[in-house]
Amino acid sequence: MDDLVTFFSFSDPNIRYVVFGSILLAASSAIVGCFTLLKKKALVGDAVAHSVLPGVCAAFLFTGTKNISFLICGAFFTGWMSLLLIDYIVAHSKIKKDTAIGLVLSVFFGAGIVLLTFIQQSGNSSQSGLDSFIFGKAAALVGTDLVTFGVIAIILLVIVSVFFKELTLVAFDENFAKSLGFPVKSLDMLLTTLTVLAVVTGITAVGVVLMAAMLITPGAAARYWTDNIRKMVIIAAIFGALSGILGAYISYVAPSMPTGPWMVVTSSFIAVISFFCAPKKGIFAKWVRNNVNKTTMRDENTLKAFYHLGERDEDFELPRSMATLADKQRIGEKQLKKSLISLCSKGLIKETEEKWILTKTGVQDAARIIKLHRLWELYLTNYMHIAPDHVHDDAETIEHIITPEIENELEHLLGYPSDDPHKQKIPRL
Amino acid sequence: MKEDIVDPVLEIHDLTVSYSRKPVLWDIDFSLPKGCIAGIIGPNGAGKSTLIKTIMGVIPSSSGYIKIFDQTLNAVRSRVSYVPQRESVDWDFPASVLDVVLMGRYGKLGLFKNTNKQDKRIALECLEKVGLQDYTKRQISQLSGGQQQRVFLARALAQEADLYLMDEPFAGVDAATEKAIIEILREMANKNKTIIVVHHDLQSVVNYFDWVILINMRLVASGPTQKVFNNKLIQEAYGGKLTLLTEIGNILEERQIPPREK
Repeated sequence: MDDLVTFFSFSDPNIRYVVFGSILLAASSAIVGCFTLLKKKALVGDAVAHSVLPGVCAAFLFTGTKNISFLICGAFFTGWMSLLLIDYIVAHSKIKKDTAIGLVLSVFFGAGIVLLTFIQQSGNSSQSGLDSFIFGKAAALVGTDLVTFGVIAIILLVIVSVFFKELTLVAFDENFAKSLGFPVKSLDMLLTTLTVLAVVTGITAVGVVLMAAMLITPGAAARYWTDNIRKMVIIAAIFGALSGILGAYISYVAPSMPTGPWMVVTSSFIAVISFFCAPKKGIFAKWVRNNVNKTTMRDENTLKAFYHLGERDEDFELPRSMATLADKQRIGEKQLKKSLISLCSKGLIKETEEKWILTKTGVQDAARIIKLHRLWELYLTNYMHIAPDHVHDDAETIEHIITPEIENELEHLLGYPSDDPHKQKIPRL
Repeated sequence: MKEDIVDPVLEIHDLTVSYSRKPVLWDIDFSLPKGCIAGIIGPNGAGKSTLIKTIMGVIPSSSGYIKIFDQTLNAVRSRVSYVPQRESVDWDFPASVLDVVLMGRYGKLGLFKNTNKQDKRIALECLEKVGLQDYTKRQISQLSGGQQQRVFLARALAQEADLYLMDEPFAGVDAATEKAIIEILREMANKNKTIIVVHHDLQSVVNYFDWVILINMRLVASGPTQKVFNNKLIQEAYGGKLTLLTEIGNILEERQIPPREK
């Protein structure tokens, strides 16, 4: 608890640095990642992230110091090289893109690990801490390093906002952008450079192995909440920042914990929540919608049962017992009971002495469903030439979804008919 | 069979286009008059889409030249509009109908500038022309195929161009939309705009187009519909596959030989 207070009061300047740095890098990579995601280049991001490791190690070997600017230059160089190599392989061999990405990723990362092991065994004392580039260490985000990363992150944000219109256009319709005379190749290079830069800002805190997740996950999660690209980018930035803070906090509380994996775990957690809970697109929303559909269908079917009994007895307002209604339907007693209660609460039926009776509006509603059912049957026989004994099952579903507009059109098309294909009366309302 | 035009809107001179050294269009050569609706007709794999993509500079040519309004494409880009095939984009993209139509204004805006009220007004007008005024805020994945095609048409209209190149605007479109689209195209042609349409339904050619360009890897015919759209030439474009042309193309690809010596 003390840790929580100390951490979130930000009184310790080191914590301030770490938090500020994590937010900045996570948000900026999330924003760039949105475009990488929309251009369907998520895997490319992963390849770049892994490919910066040999660059970092080579830069250390050449300079012999852990000066962050040199390491960034090295990372940037090999990151870019990996992308050029992927494009070259795809253009000049029979190897397909996914294979090329897989090849380049593993070869570069393998080379990076070899270099790292070599450095660690060379006995050079200044190398300690270099291995934190693999999984990241937020605590390393201090002082001048932070300034360097902060500057890169801000450059990223500025470039994305300046080129927002162009990046969106190229992501949506590249050929159209070309036809307008936009420099599509340069814009592609720009996005690639931004991706590499975003990866580079993250290597200290998140590490090379998991940096791709920080690029892609927030954007993928944000996509669930909105259909507007501006909002998507903002939400992704917020999600990224949130996982940045949480990752930094956890690695503060448990100093032996690497930051990268925790950032990724929290951002994945956000993505999972989005996947389940987002309005409209989330699993729960779909589930709720499904259930609503099911209950509406169930209740409408019960109404139909009343109507059919009414047709038989030529009186729609006779009280019916549960047993009679159950005879007319394929649902269990429990469901029927629920259905009756729900219809009662809507004022379509009422209860008298353990029996149920349609109200005036209930009769109207029931008649409408029967009407839609029979109209659809007639449409299928007349317009699609389906045999009259084959149309019932179709109509059983369609009767629940026909809108008033389609209803009007159907009636108009069929010439306001009085009978369905089975010579049953189509109710007039 | 080729009818040449004095002062053409579009002049294509000896154009060859290849994919990885394999020519898909051989020595295409024709010109087009102003204010016509022209159909590019040919079987699958004839290179219809390739032809208009090359005209728009989306794919490079290997030889020959293209002149639009007697100038190069770059000089007249703002007067030319391109409608890609509907399937060429991912309609699940996070954009609304209005967002997409506004993209038609980007060419006039150029880099770094954002759309203003005037652009928005024009975009809304174009949406009204195609009958989508009630759908401006709709996410584009929630549209039917016909509506998506009309969004593309509205985006092209927003470009306020003089020459339009459309790749299969009638593909996957219901009869009502097809009729609405052709009416809009006629109206545009009456205003002296020129429209080139990639089309593969032979039934409707006579009704839709006043100019026909028949191709099958090479130009078979180009001229007024009543002159060139006859059984003999259709037969030549659809039936007479020049197998030698394909074979030579395969060798060029295999041995990576450029179609011109220099």
